[in-house]
Amino acid sequence: MKQFFSELYFELKKNRGAMIGIVIIFLSIIIALLAPVIAPHNPTEVFSDSLRLPPSFLEGGKAGFFFGTDDIGRDLLSRLIYGSRISLAVGFSVVVLALFTGTILGVVAGFYGGLVDRIIMRLTDLIMSLPSILFAIVIVAVLGPGITNSIIAVAVVAVPNFIRIIRAQVLVEKNKQYVSAAKLFGAGHFRIMFVEILPNCMAPLIVQASLGFSDGILNVAALGFLGLGAQAPMSEWGTMLSDARSFIESSPWMVTLPGLCILVTVLSFNLLGDGLRDALDPRLKKQN
Amino acid sequence: MKFFLKKFLDLIPTLLGISLICFFIIRLIPGDPVLNLVGERGVDPVRYAEMKHNLGLDLPIIQQFWFFVKNACMGNLGTSIVSNNSVWAEFIERFPATFELGMFSLFFATIIGIPLGIYAALKRNSFFDYFLMGTSLIGYSMPIFWWGLILILLFSVKLGLTPVSGRIELTYDIPVMTGLYLIDTLQSAVVKAEGFAPFWSAIKHLILPAIALGTIPLAVIARMTRSSMLEVLGEDYIRTARAKGMNKTRIVYIHALRNALVPIVTTLALLFGSIITGAILTETIFSWPGIGKWIVQSITSRDYPVIQGGVLIISFIIVMTNIIVDVIYYFLNPKMR
Repeated sequence: MKQFFSELYFELKKNRGAMIGIVIIFLSIIIALLAPVIAPHNPTEVFSDSLRLPPSFLEGGKAGFFFGTDDIGRDLLSRLIYGSRISLAVGFSVVVLALFTGTILGVVAGFYGGLVDRIIMRLTDLIMSLPSILFAIVIVAVLGPGITNSIIAVAVVAVPNFIRIIRAQVLVEKNKQYVSAAKLFGAGHFRIMFVEILPNCMAPLIVQASLGFSDGILNVAALGFLGLGAQAPMSEWGTMLSDARSFIESSPWMVTLPGLCILVTVLSFNLLGDGLRDALDPRLKKQN
Repeated sequence: MKFFLKKFLDLIPTLLGISLICFFIIRLIPGDPVLNLVGERGVDPVRYAEMKHNLGLDLPIIQQFWFFVKNACMGNLGTSIVSNNSVWAEFIERFPATFELGMFSLFFATIIGIPLGIYAALKRNSFFDYFLMGTSLIGYSMPIFWWGLILILLFSVKLGLTPVSGRIELTYDIPVMTGLYLIDTLQSAVVKAEGFAPFWSAIKHLILPAIALGTIPLAVIARMTRSSMLEVLGEDYIRTARAKGMNKTRIVYIHALRNALVPIVTTLALLFGSIITGAILTETIFSWPGIGKWIVQSITSRDYPVIQGGVLIISFIIVMTNIIVDVIYYFLNPKMR
């Protein structure tokens, strides 16, 4: 396992895009962790004498509000910093939820085959035949708006990708000799599936997890933008954008900055995901 | 023939599953469905029983589902609580707007994406190639709900070039023929009365939403074309054609492109689903009166029959498109036969 990751890192180091992605992700994790230390103000604190101030480096800006303030006088920089906590937590929860369910279902479908496989694959086809946001909207409509429900909705939409990838890999692995050997030693199904086979399905899982992160952040932000995700006064980037829409003419910075944060975060995970795929693909070909 | 039969048989469980999901939307929402429908004002017991009966909620659940599917097959998808119109009529009224926007943005993405992808493949590892692949990854990561706002900020607010919302200047009265304004504004009656101004206005309204909606497809198409072209250009028959001393343009555009197009066409058709997703966001930003805005509004106004019927129709369209893609693929790719 250790060798796997050191080889992976060696391959990744050659890919400039992936390294940029890693650096940005690393920086945003630090910003998110240190939010209470580096944010100049409390993200929900209202400065009623400073409504919709432009950034301090523009005309009319006030020192102390580097990126200006929003429509009810909250410091935009602090809200963006705290927003990175929410976005990373959202991406993480979506990936963990989808990875966990997707892995179990995918391994079971691939290993047992037959009826179990058919039922699970029909379900994935079903979810995949609906546009992701639409399906998430349906789930949120049933569960009610809110950040937790939108995370659940987006995770459900992401599960089929994981199931498909794991299942395909399990189908290849389960006919290999080490599996037969494990069977001869009397290993139970559970052990064969999750201790013997699963670690050999890591490569595609890692790629999908990275791409799932960016999809998760993007979709939850989209739900926030539609008013179905995080609710005020939470400083979620998508929700901030939807609040800022009506002030686009008078206070463009309120629109520009949250979206830029979403773009950069999503882009960094896509860069990493692309790099991981390039790094792991030749290995996959060699293995099979 | 066997291939098509199998495809259509595969369709049945998917469609049943989708109807099951839509069927349960109303029933899974916490609270009593009838009270959800009438809202907070409440209702007297006689009217309550009547509504329950009308909705078929007093029947066993299996029978309810059966009636739901039967009604859906006959185009009866219920009535909107907000407007009291039938869901189907509301859908038909809005669909052309989304169709026009979707087709225009796919067109925009294709005519720009394919040439860019070809050029990047021909100039592999050049500055242009890196630049294009970098930009397309940015395009692919774009939160389009933000991108739309930025386009409005640039082109409508700062430069004043394009209108912010809607499909056409409200002063024009366009008789509905196809529902597609690019066609309807060219009817002879319209042109006689107003000249080409309405057509021009429709184009101006369409351009920004189409760019916003077309950005992700554009990125996908450019990347797909590049990798597909690279793969084909490495094939033996291309080397043979080169060895024969064939004209280079002919090799690229006739021999290579024709084969590279097969996966591109499939990608294009599969982008249809993401167009619908994008339309939900784009139409909200640009107040485009299509089905995306309709669905979002129905959620905010808790108009459950519309959510139910709308999701059913949209998923049906997408499932059907996927089948059509499979058929096209079957004809394009001789290996399938």
